[in-house]
Amino acid sequence: MLIKRPDPIPSSAITDEAIYRERRRFLGQFALGGGALLLPGLLAAQARAEARPPKLEGVVPGPFGSEESLTSYQDITSYNNFYEFGTDKGDPKKHAQLLRTRPWSVMVEGEVARPGPIDIEDILKLHPLEERIYRMRCVEAWSMVIPWVGFPLAALLKHAEPNSRARYVEFTTLHDPEQMPGQRDRRILPWPYVEGLRIDEAMHPLCILAVGLYGHELPNQNGAPLRLVVPWKYGFKSIKSIVRIRLLEAAPTTTWQQLSPREYGFYANVNPEVDHPRWSQRRERRIGELRRRDTLPFNGYAEEVAHLYQGMDPKTLF
Amino acid sequence: MRWLKPSVFLLCSLPLLWLVWSGLHGGLGANPIEAAMHELGHWALRLLLLGLALNILSRHSGWRRPMQLRRMLGLFAFAYALLHLLVYITLDQFFDLPAILEDLRFRPYILIGLSAWLILLAMAITSTRHWQRRLGRRWARLHRLVYVAVPLAITHNFMVAKTISPEAMVYTALFIPLLILRLLPRRA
Ligand code: HEM
Repeated sequence: MLIKRPDPIPSSAITDEAIYRERRRFLGQFALGGGALLLPGLLAAQARAEARPPKLEGVVPGPFGSEESLTSYQDITSYNNFYEFGTDKGDPKKHAQLLRTRPWSVMVEGEVARPGPIDIEDILKLHPLEERIYRMRCVEAWSMVIPWVGFPLAALLKHAEPNSRARYVEFTTLHDPEQMPGQRDRRILPWPYVEGLRIDEAMHPLCILAVGLYGHELPNQNGAPLRLVVPWKYGFKSIKSIVRIRLLEAAPTTTWQQLSPREYGFYANVNPEVDHPRWSQRRERRIGELRRRDTLPFNGYAEEVAHLYQGMDPKTLF
Repeated sequence: MRWLKPSVFLLCSLPLLWLVWSGLHGGLGANPIEAAMHELGHWALRLLLLGLALNILSRHSGWRRPMQLRRMLGLFAFAYALLHLLVYITLDQFFDLPAILEDLRFRPYILIGLSAWLILLAMAITSTRHWQRRLGRRWARLHRLVYVAVPLAITHNFMVAKTISPEAMVYTALFIPLLILRLLPRRA
């Protein structure tokens, strides 16, 4: 397994600048190619400084770094799929301030020796917080590179001591239409949002629970105070604002499977060979870039995770 | 009412001017190409619905003035649909012909969008007085196809969305009464 140590300079210190230059480069390229009407500004860097949530203390560099240039904080926090706050990409940022992230606890239950609620403050003490720079590939064929702060999901699961019947892990998002106005409309999705992983996927060192972004606490629109990040699967698997983790013997039915079993499978591994019925998954648009780039199997994490699916028909792994 | 047509012209151009201005100033967000596609598609549909509404108003009230705007609204709707298609071909797909053909072959919502677009194209081409005279009775029949193009475009919108599309619901709620009113006998 290839483990790259990321640069010890915290990403928050260098990135916006890098992105800015990256975008200027595209601007130049496009100007050379002759300009379309909208373009120069389409890619113009947004320099607006925004207030960020508090900085997280004691964050150490984690494994699985990426050398790619990071998506800007502005883009990561203003272009979100978080239907609990509305279906528009800009809605979560507008409405997520309604969410109260303290006090917060996560109920851990099911096939575990130590069931019960765990307070977010205790969760934060389970494991040192690490910076994990991951690619994030949305099922809608766009992607970002995000410097998460988090810790292995395995740390929380081990704390709860799964028993031998625990074969799947089910995650549930908060259900409270007062704080999550999107949940008032049940036609959007069958609330609450539910996701699941096989236990070996959940225990994989790439799989983390994130509590921060760019060295700061997670903004609400990105799934505060605690969300899953599974970088080799489409973004919708990385469930946000988790209140319950249940270990199960049988596979849970996830929200998207319930809504459209033909379009969304349980595994949802990033796979350029298997199209979404309504669009191609072969290429993706990296946010901040103009031309689409090729999508990689397992979102480029095949070396780390392909063995989990050996012997399974790749066509069933959508 | 010499000012009527120029002011409606200006109003219809505003969304485009706003879009260009936002584009130039980074106001279209993290995925500006997608945002531009969405805005152009929605404005095409909104102007089509507005055109239908004016037509119906005129039909049932006998008030002729809205009819004078019908052609301009229709041509603006087509212009937005044309830009929508051009953004798709250039910025979105980057002239990747195989990808575009694959879209056409495998994604019904693209085919449905194209069907709607072709109807609008035929209407735009034949929108002159010359063509109106030349086609005679067939002109009206051709232009009645807008009642096919609009539901096709709304279907296209429903199919793009991952869950229910609130905008497409609104368009449907506006279109159905307009269609019913069109089928009622003319009062004036
Ligand atoms: C050949 C013709 C067309 C093509 C290839 C096309 C393509 C597309 C594509 C690819 C999208 C999805 C954009 C994205 O999510 O990134 C889209 C959305 C849309 N299109 Fe079209 N389209 C066509 C014709 C039309 C026409 C004629 C109209 C309206 C009169 C229209 C209205 C819309 C609307 C309203 C959306 C939805 C935007 C949203 O989800 O908010 N399209 N179209």
